[in-house]
Amino acid sequence: MMGPGRGYRRMGRAGRGSVWSAGGRWPYLLLALMLLAAVPAMAAGTTDGLSVEERIAPIGRVQVEGGPEVAPSFGEAVRAEPEPPLAAPQPQRKDYPDIGISSRAVVWVVAQMHLFFGALVLAVPLFVLVIELTGVLTRDERYDDMAHEFMKISLVGFSITAIIGGTLALALFMLYPDFMAYMMRVFRVQWLWYALLFFVESFFLYTYYYGWNALRYGNRKWVHLTLGLLLNGAGMTIMVLANSWATFMMAPSGVSETGAVTGTVWEAMKGPLWNPINLHRFIANIGFGGAVVGAYAAFKFLSTRDPKLRAHYDWMGYTSNFIAILAFLPLPFAGYWLMAEIYAYSQQMGITAMGGILAWLFIVQAVLIGTILLAGNFYLWSGMSRTEGSVRYQWLVKYIAAILVICFLTWMTPHTLILSAKEIATLGGSHHRILGPLGIMPAKNIAVNLMLVVTFLSFQIYRRSDKVATVSWAPVGNAFMVAIYIVAMANIVFAGVYYGYFTNTVYKVGSSVLQVASTLVVIVSGLTIDGFMYKGAKKLPSHWGRVSNRSQYALFALPIAFTWLMGLMGYVRSSVKTYWHVYTIMKDNSPDNFIPTIGYAGNMITLVTVLFVLFVLFMFWIANLSGTRQPRPAATGVEGGAT
Amino acid sequence: MTGPAGNDGSGSSMGVFASSMLFSLGLTLVFTLVANLLPQVQGDAPVEKKVDLGSLTMDDFVALGENLFMNKGTCTLCHKPPPLGRAPDIQGENLVEVARQRLADPRYKGKATNAEEYIHESMVDPSAYVVAGWGKKGSNDTESPMPHIDKPPIQLSPMEIDAIIAWLEAKDGNEVTVELPTAEASAQVAAAAAPAAGPPAPAATGEEAVRKYGCQACHALLGSTASLGPSLEDVGARLTPEQIRQSIIDPNAVIADGFTPDVMPPDFADRMTVKELEMIVRLLAEKKP
Repeated sequence: MMGPGRGYRRMGRAGRGSVWSAGGRWPYLLLALMLLAAVPAMAAGTTDGLSVEERIAPIGRVQVEGGPEVAPSFGEAVRAEPEPPLAAPQPQRKDYPDIGISSRAVVWVVAQMHLFFGALVLAVPLFVLVIELTGVLTRDERYDDMAHEFMKISLVGFSITAIIGGTLALALFMLYPDFMAYMMRVFRVQWLWYALLFFVESFFLYTYYYGWNALRYGNRKWVHLTLGLLLNGAGMTIMVLANSWATFMMAPSGVSETGAVTGTVWEAMKGPLWNPINLHRFIANIGFGGAVVGAYAAFKFLSTRDPKLRAHYDWMGYTSNFIAILAFLPLPFAGYWLMAEIYAYSQQMGITAMGGILAWLFIVQAVLIGTILLAGNFYLWSGMSRTEGSVRYQWLVKYIAAILVICFLTWMTPHTLILSAKEIATLGGSHHRILGPLGIMPAKNIAVNLMLVVTFLSFQIYRRSDKVATVSWAPVGNAFMVAIYIVAMANIVFAGVYYGYFTNTVYKVGSSVLQVASTLVVIVSGLTIDGFMYKGAKKLPSHWGRVSNRSQYALFALPIAFTWLMGLMGYVRSSVKTYWHVYTIMKDNSPDNFIPTIGYAGNMITLVTVLFVLFVLFMFWIANLSGTRQPRPAATGVEGGAT
Repeated sequence: MTGPAGNDGSGSSMGVFASSMLFSLGLTLVFTLVANLLPQVQGDAPVEKKVDLGSLTMDDFVALGENLFMNKGTCTLCHKPPPLGRAPDIQGENLVEVARQRLADPRYKGKATNAEEYIHESMVDPSAYVVAGWGKKGSNDTESPMPHIDKPPIQLSPMEIDAIIAWLEAKDGNEVTVELPTAEASAQVAAAAAPAAGPPAPAATGEEAVRKYGCQACHALLGSTASLGPSLEDVGARLTPEQIRQSIIDPNAVIADGFTPDVMPPDFADRMTVKELEMIVRLLAEKKP
């Protein structure tokens, strides 16, 4: 492209040419005269009684070369009172476009689909990188192949995420223009960075996936791992940027009470709920991703009779379940931190979530988490059939199952029910004498912590099934482990009962820290003790593929429950804002500014879950299509030259 | 992709697909069923209620206060009987009695001098006095976790706060000390709040526009007999529409005989919409004897 400088130079040459070609010098003489006339004025530095500085001052920063800097003068009118900061818009009902169906329902479906796929494609590269690294460290290429296969089956997910993300943006701008204009004003240039990061992520995604075999061994493998790390870095950055919009809507920062932008983009991002949500979503994404690819492995396992393939997909399914459950175990603690921060930010918001009209939602949550834990445990127990050594631990399974079921039932027991006058009279009050106390949080905390502890026990006995400890202190180690389980479980029950029912609310909340600590002690000490005790242990034969078909349905139950649970948590996260787009700052005056009933939310979540399953099936189908080759048609007729 | 159904229970792709989809959909429907079996509660946004101040009795005002306490004020989220409460159980105690004790407490550093003021203060400035054991964690009972209820997200109006005080006083048989809101007081509050609420709505008719800008306060017009400015009842016979328009936009351009300049505000053109100006001009141009 021709710049102005070059343009002027060309014009100059053209002008010179015409002068010379004309053969006359009069234009130069005229120019010289003009210059001579101008010199005295320039020397005096004045024209019409004004200095050069005075003449050029009104148009801004132009100044005489080498001269003092000119202070701009704007006159009285401009020096008036500063403009008051622009408050958040307060749209009225008529300002929301009406498309004939609920705008919120449209955004709900599209946003949730975007979140599902976003979570999946952010999580898969995370554990793929870990599996690939495991392959490098153990020199076992099966890990490398499995990691590659995980990437292959989720690759189309990146495009689906981007397409749905674009649709979501369009829907938001069309249906909530004032709200989006405000969000644009608050987050300013961050939007451009967000868009730029997609290019960065795509670059690393494609080089990581398509470079897999080209960068397979030696130093090249480390280059490949670095690409994976950078892919994850870009993905995580995208996630935390998007999280900041959601947390800004819940607990705004970097703005005044009226919503006027007072801080930087960074101040708007780092609200009190940002990091708790970041951590919660990071962990949950891994569990969700593991569950989805586990379903793929289960489907492939069930679809084949080839023992080798069954062994491969059994192993793949086990690894996926391992990832899902391992990520799931710390999730309640991340959730606890998030809720604690919500309470600290606004007690009212916390109670709306946990004790207000959304409280019923936690009954459904209990059913979902119970399903996840029962399915995960059932899969581990079924998997114990892979090795003969498991008979040593089979007797424990019935006790674990009993604890899981009792805790599950406790967790889903509601505190209050809507009762008729006759029912209240029969009950002797609004709460059942025995079941009523099971409805409040302390009972739930006991139940959930015990469920986590026994799930870890299932995991631990599964891991021990194909090994025999050879260290001399194994009996002591075992006794110590048993003692830790007993003390931790007793502590969980005691802290819950004593502080939950015999002290006031402040201590009640504090007691859950004791319970969580007890659970964590079991998990950490279990991993540590087994790590040392089974070092150099005798390995018993283990047969991949020798697992019941029934067990594979646990791998279908996990992603369905995870997906539904994510949808449910999205409903509560959004609903705690009640009738605000941005809590306390920008009211939602749309026709949908109410918290929908749990039944309506359930129907919406089911709709989105089914849609997600269909899209995931498409993703898997595409992944398999790339490996399918049409056989060459048999030679016939003239073409074959058989006549 | 796969072989035919085998005796070991493994099946064809289509068979596995069908059974896994049925299982997944079945499970999804179980979750949906659980969600639909629970009590269905919808959380509506608070609806602005119009109160007829002319016929409002103290009983109505007290009932309004109770309603606000239970619903819009969201007070019962925290103020519950033990062990469920996260704040003092003010429904279960005589708050007027309690307020007197608090005012006598050496820890009390607020500005209230009686129970009504104390209750009001505790709503709009909750940290003025924090009941022992109910402060924010780590604040040593110097900071209250309670939101300022005159600010978002609760944002009760002064009248609504008074109604709640009235109910809190009345529910235990105490004398209600707050006064019933009057139409004048309400109008004053509305006027004070008007600038924050943005510009007033444009007038719909010429008459409405005349009243909105108070023309009849100085001119004889629409039944007014004011004489600070010339009568406008016959202005259509004296001036053309252009001259009327000019008189509004630039009142000092032509001064009618017997009247002094600089009396009529010169900023009507800035305050009126074009449509309002034109409606007034049309209305006045038609004013002929």
